[in-house]
Amino acid sequence: MKAFQYTRATTQQSAIDAIAKPGTKIIAGGTNLIDLMKRGVIAPDKLVDINQLPLNSISVNKLGHLHIGALALNSAVAEANLVKDLQPLLAMALNAGASPQLRNMATVGGNMMQRTRCAYFYDTTMPCNKREPGSGCGAIGGYSRMHAIFGASDKCIAVHPSDMCVALAALDATVTVSGRKGQRLIPFTEFHRLPGEHPEMDNTLAPGELITGISIPHNNFAKNSYYLKIRDRQSYAFALTSVAAALEISNGTIKQARLAMGGVAHKPWRLFDAEKALVGKPATEESFKQVAEIAMQGAKAYEYNKFKLKLAPATLVEALKHAAGLV
Amino acid sequence: MKVKEIIGQITNDIMTNDPMTKEGLSRVDGRLKVTGQAKYSAEYKVKDLVYGVLVGSTIAKGTIKSIDTKKAEAAPGVLSVLTCFNAPKIPGYQTDTPSPKGPLKIFYNDQVYFNGQPIALVVADTFERALFAASRVSAVYESGPHQTNLKDNISTAVAPGRGKDFVKGVEDTWNTAPVKIQQEYTIPTEVHNPMELHATIARWDADDKITVYTKTQGVKSTQRSIAQAFKLPPENVQVTAPFVGGAFGAALRTWPHEIAAVLAAKVTGKPVKLVLSRADMFTSVGYRPYTWQKVSIGANPDGKLFGITHEATGQSSVYEDFTEGVVNISQLMYASPNINTRYKIVSLNVNTPTPMRGPGEATGAFALESAMDELSYQLNIDPIDFRMRNYAETDPGNDKPYSSKYLSDAYKIGAEKIGWSNRNQKPGAVTENGWLAGYGMAAGMFGAHRSSATVLARMMADGTLVLQTAVTDIGPGTGTAMVSIASEVMGIPAEKIKFDMGDSSLPPSPTQGGSQITSTVGSAVHDACVELKEKFKSMAGNTDASNYTQILKQQNLDKLEVTTSSKGGAEQGKYAMYSWSVHFMKVLVHPTTGVVKINKAISVADAGLIISPKTARSQMIGGTIMGIGMALTEEAIIDHRYGRLVNNNFADYHVPVQADIPQVEAYFVNKPDTILNPIGAKGMGEIATIGVAAAVANAVYNATGKRVRDLPITPDKLV
Repeated sequence: MKAFQYTRATTQQSAIDAIAKPGTKIIAGGTNLIDLMKRGVIAPDKLVDINQLPLNSISVNKLGHLHIGALALNSAVAEANLVKDLQPLLAMALNAGASPQLRNMATVGGNMMQRTRCAYFYDTTMPCNKREPGSGCGAIGGYSRMHAIFGASDKCIAVHPSDMCVALAALDATVTVSGRKGQRLIPFTEFHRLPGEHPEMDNTLAPGELITGISIPHNNFAKNSYYLKIRDRQSYAFALTSVAAALEISNGTIKQARLAMGGVAHKPWRLFDAEKALVGKPATEESFKQVAEIAMQGAKAYEYNKFKLKLAPATLVEALKHAAGLV
Repeated sequence: MKVKEIIGQITNDIMTNDPMTKEGLSRVDGRLKVTGQAKYSAEYKVKDLVYGVLVGSTIAKGTIKSIDTKKAEAAPGVLSVLTCFNAPKIPGYQTDTPSPKGPLKIFYNDQVYFNGQPIALVVADTFERALFAASRVSAVYESGPHQTNLKDNISTAVAPGRGKDFVKGVEDTWNTAPVKIQQEYTIPTEVHNPMELHATIARWDADDKITVYTKTQGVKSTQRSIAQAFKLPPENVQVTAPFVGGAFGAALRTWPHEIAAVLAAKVTGKPVKLVLSRADMFTSVGYRPYTWQKVSIGANPDGKLFGITHEATGQSSVYEDFTEGVVNISQLMYASPNINTRYKIVSLNVNTPTPMRGPGEATGAFALESAMDELSYQLNIDPIDFRMRNYAETDPGNDKPYSSKYLSDAYKIGAEKIGWSNRNQKPGAVTENGWLAGYGMAAGMFGAHRSSATVLARMMADGTLVLQTAVTDIGPGTGTAMVSIASEVMGIPAEKIKFDMGDSSLPPSPTQGGSQITSTVGSAVHDACVELKEKFKSMAGNTDASNYTQILKQQNLDKLEVTTSSKGGAEQGKYAMYSWSVHFMKVLVHPTTGVVKINKAISVADAGLIISPKTARSQMIGGTIMGIGMALTEEAIIDHRYGRLVNNNFADYHVPVQADIPQVEAYFVNKPDTILNPIGAKGMGEIATIGVAAAVANAVYNATGKRVRDLPITPDKLV
């Protein structure tokens, strides 16, 4: 690990000022950043610790919008009654991620900022366009079992590892960021980006911007939500495929649906077309199987992840069955 | 009374005092372990300690043209950077054996045999500085074409010296039987990954004397290896390892990094600590090798076996031939008139494998016991019934009588505990809450060994019994078992007994491995205590011989001691001696996502008389869990383009976690083997794991009708 400077930001402005300088990184829980530094994947000159900033509140406004500060711990969010009552999908997704020890350290903002777990990204002796643009993609033609089936490019087929983000993408969350030019809002589905020609860029955060929180608008999904994660072991493993499913059902008919997949793309993969197709349909396994076909349109597998073409729709149908109370 | 009669008497005492009706001793060192007072190899506070960090190669085959160590040497706190270009020659390495193959010689020449091979050792005044400096070492290679894929190279497989073809009856006659099966099975590379990282602290006490604290399963064998490498008299090498945080075979031999630590201590003139990283644990201390197998079995319609042919090819390194008894289980398990086996290895650009719990047999049992299960469905005979129809009453290989075999009892116990009567012979027929439910079973066996050990037993004036022998305890509870035996023989409470171990200056014991320690060292403890008791008896005259303190007082002695060597005799040639196990699994498999959940696991052992019920149960459960990892989650993956591992960490190499493990129950037949040794115990460490993977795969088949022949059984293989 390269020697680095470490400072604590006491105000939001001082944090924003500090990260404007190249080579500076924010540290909150550090559960991913420290790993990457130890492995030599990233080597910042300076770390700015933002844990003292008052950004860990969980609150609800008059309209029923849930607001969660960027520094709220994953475990605190998962356990908060407000979250469990209003947005249980988020609590379920959080609890499906990492391990209790990691959830006790990891923050909401940090969870969003975590990098891919692609082995080629982590091993500095291997090619990786995300780590070292232009060096090639080790996973294409390599061990691609954990990799993307949607939205990949010939530069990168890595997936975003978060569970929490899959739920937030489904729930129409908004990200609040602050920079030198002030505050702006980013729709959650536009926060992470696809690799395209620039896999080194994970998200649409501008240089010098700080995530301060997320908001989830009021919805009627609490009763019929489910997060299903399929993985190689039952805890502390990244998703082979996962699905966040949220339904509003009235008299057996789906009025609204939100769906997103994890473990399949460079970003949480929102399934807009499948959602639309569900509206007005009966909440039955048959409907779910039909929309699973829509959801899988455009999927493309690599040598070791062909199973995802079957597992992903199976996960979607199963998650919807749980959400609809059929299981 | 003669010593022999006393042994008989005491054996009877142990037998009548059924240990299964009581818990037995709690782990005698349990408090030390849970309070952090048990000191492991990396934890010794040694004055002036400096720290070593290894640098691994980044190619899998080739020549090191140069290593740039300047940046590392200029880094703060660095004392030395050792490479093949500057390291002093290790004296023991100079006397080459005629064979070009042998253990990896560290910093010996410029050749790279596998990716991750240590090419440099950085020594600095702190661990962090050593780690940083290690990242500044760079090498220039001339790489050659490497081979790491066994399947692609199977045509190059050769029969190693030890792997002689076995033929009983007529070779390959399974094919002429009316009911037959031939299938191929593979297991991936599986890494021991004990919780404790391998660690060595080496300190030269004089030019020709050294103290080594190191993770090892045998302090005596480590002493010999280091003495040999540095041309020292063995007694000048002190090896200390009283606590070992799991090993499973990974600490059976002295590894290159241990030699490197000793060398670095010589070069720097300071004691050196070298702790492997978790990534190093995948390339520096062996693993269970990737193995391909083909099992062919023929049977008559009544379920009587006609012929078994078991072929296996495992991987080894290019510099050393590693062999293990993969096919042996097919020679030994079932009564079949015709049995033949073939075993080969392929030399690849990988580090050398090493025995991992149930070495060879666990691999072989996966194939044999899966194939037996497959054939049982073809025959439409219950798998237990099928096995009982081919139950060997004498050793199928040589017709010798068994010293003891209660496997059929184990079948009965296991079948009852799992609820085997609920099993449906038709696969895929039962669902529970939307999940497919299935039952499976598979058996295991492993040689019941007894080698030689020497134990010193010393009764102190205060009534404390001190036992000393060099044996290590890698986790099964050796100390606890030894104290149990001594307590029983001497008739004194366990609290009065101190068991000193894990120290090369103590009387010799074998390396802890191969399920032989309770049998070997336990017998030596038993014999030493019997002899000590006899000595008291001859002193006591007419007084009570069991009042040891009083006798010592009367004799004006501050202690009374014996040093007793103990080993097996002629019985070892006359009998076939094995421990046996059977594992039962109930699994639930999700029909569309392929998720496997083990609902219940039952493991039953015929391991002779159980000496220490609590630790035995714990060992058995641990072995079952290891087998579940083998079955469902564990796989070290190499990107063959680079010959480099892509999951050498605990996030991506999936050791099972609590959530994967159901209720695991361990049971014992608990009948003594009256021939193997005086205490009636057989080994248990290996049979706890052997057969588990097949039991899981068989249960998955029963649940789904899908046969997975390539471990691990991950969701993608069932979806």
